[in-house]
Amino acid sequence: MTDVLETPAHVTPLLDRHRALGAKIIEFGGWLMPLQYSGIVAEHRAVREHAGLFDLSHMGELFVEGPQAGEALAAALVSDPPALAVGRAHYSMICAPDGGILDDLIVYRLADERFLVVANAANAQIVSDALTERLAGYRAVLDDRSLATALCAVQGPESAAIVGPITDLDIGALRYYAIAEGHVAGIQALVARTGYTGEDGFEVFVDTARASELWDVLSAAGQSRGLVPAGLGARDTLRLEAGMPLYGNELDRSTNPFEANLGRVVKLDKAGDFVGRPALEKVAADGPARLLSGLIVRGRGIARHGHPVLEDGRRIGTVTSGTQSPTLGVPIAMAYVAPAAARPGTMLAVEIREQPVAAEVVPLPFYRRAR
Amino acid sequence: MVPTDLRYTKEHEWVRLDGDLATVGITEYAAQQLGDVVFVELPDVGRVLEQFGAFGVVESVKAVSDLFAPVSGEVTEANPSLAGQPELVNSEPYGAGWMVKVRLADASQVDELLDPAAYDALIAAG
Repeated sequence: MTDVLETPAHVTPLLDRHRALGAKIIEFGGWLMPLQYSGIVAEHRAVREHAGLFDLSHMGELFVEGPQAGEALAAALVSDPPALAVGRAHYSMICAPDGGILDDLIVYRLADERFLVVANAANAQIVSDALTERLAGYRAVLDDRSLATALCAVQGPESAAIVGPITDLDIGALRYYAIAEGHVAGIQALVARTGYTGEDGFEVFVDTARASELWDVLSAAGQSRGLVPAGLGARDTLRLEAGMPLYGNELDRSTNPFEANLGRVVKLDKAGDFVGRPALEKVAADGPARLLSGLIVRGRGIARHGHPVLEDGRRIGTVTSGTQSPTLGVPIAMAYVAPAAARPGTMLAVEIREQPVAAEVVPLPFYRRAR
Repeated sequence: MVPTDLRYTKEHEWVRLDGDLATVGITEYAAQQLGDVVFVELPDVGRVLEQFGAFGVVESVKAVSDLFAPVSGEVTEANPSLAGQPELVNSEPYGAGWMVKVRLADASQVDELLDPAAYDALIAAG
C-alpha cells in the first residue's frame, strides 16, 4: 500500500492549495490531482446534501472558431453542434471511422462561430490531434487552451446560492447545460451549469494564472453553506450513482455509443457525413452486441471493474465500474451484458474472487436528485 | 507512536496475544491509507490460517486489499460487527474494528513479527 507517483506530464495549478488541505494526491490522466481530502464518503455526502468544490484543471479545453466551426464539428463528432443555440451545450462523442469511441465530450456554443469542446484529460491530446486533422479544409481553427485554462466546479444543492452572489451573471437565468461569459469575484470566467455528479452545479473556466484566486473565493463563498473540497474519488462515486459513463471504464476505443446506451447522442439524421457514420448506421440497424446495464449486488461483496458477469453460470458480460454506493448503502455497478440479459429485474451473478454473488439488473441511474 | 502492546506485519496487520489466543486487525496507518472501509470479508470459524497467508479481504470505496495472517492457527471467532459496521475498521482499528481471533499454533512465530519500534520505522519510511 505505498503510493508511487509517476512523474506526470502536468500538475494542477492548485497543487499548493490541495497540499495545504491535506489532500491525498494521485496521478490521473497524466496530471497530479487530488484524490480525496477528508475522505471519499464524507465528500460524496457533502455534495449530495450541500456542495463540493472540485479542481478539474486536468480537463482539456479545445476552442474551435471560424465561419465553418459548427459545420466542421458536425463532421468531426457524432452530435450536431450547429443545432445548439448560442449559450447552450450538449453531450457528445468523437468516434473513429469504425464507430469506436475516442472520447466523450461536452460541446458548448459560445457564439455563432465559436465553440468550446471539453475533453477528458487522458484523451485531450488525442482529441486535439483528431480535431486538427478533421478541421482541415474547413474555415475553422482549433485553439487548444488545455494548459492555459483552469477549471473549478461547485456541485450540489447549495451551488446556486454559493456562486450567485459572487458573479455578475444572472445565475437564475443560466439553465442546465447553458454557459455564459462573465466574472466571478472580478475574475473573467466562463460559467457553465454542467457537471458530473448528478446534482445541480456550475463549472467555472478561468485562466490558469487566476486559478488559486478563484479557488479561494469559491471556498470562502461556500464556507457558511457547507461547501467542502471534494476530490476525484468522490467525483467517481457521484458519477457512478448518477449512471454517467467514465472513459476508460464504460467507454473506450472498442466500444460504440449504442452499446453504451448513448445512441440518442448520435445524430444519424443530421445533414452531411461525419466520421464513423457508416459503422454507426450499421450498429443502429443491427442492434448493439452488448448493453451497458446497472447492477445492484444482492449478495455479499462489491463488484469491481473487470469482474465477470454470469447468467446461469455462463459468462455473459463484464463489470466496468463498481463501488459501495454511499447514498443507497448497497453495492452498485455498471456492466456490459448480453442484450437479452439487460432487462431490469433479471437476476445475474458477478464473479467476485472466484465466487458467484447474486446481482440484479436495475434501471440507470441509481440516483436521481429531487428537482 | 503505534500501540506498544502489539506485534505487526510488514503488510500492516497487528496481533494482540493473550495466552494462546491471538486477536488480529489492521493498523490505523493501513486504515487511513485505504480510506473509508465499506466491506470486510473474513474466514469462517474453524478455518486454519497459515502465517503470512491471505485470509480475507478489506475493501474501501476505492481499493481492495488482501489481509495476511500474522500467525498460523485456527480461527475461533470472526468479528460479527464488521458485516454491518465496516467503518469500525477506520474509527477503532485497534479496538472494535478487530477482524479475527486465532488459536495460536506455534508461539515462536511471534518472533518473526515486527515490534512496535520496527513497525513505527516502517511507516515513517512510507
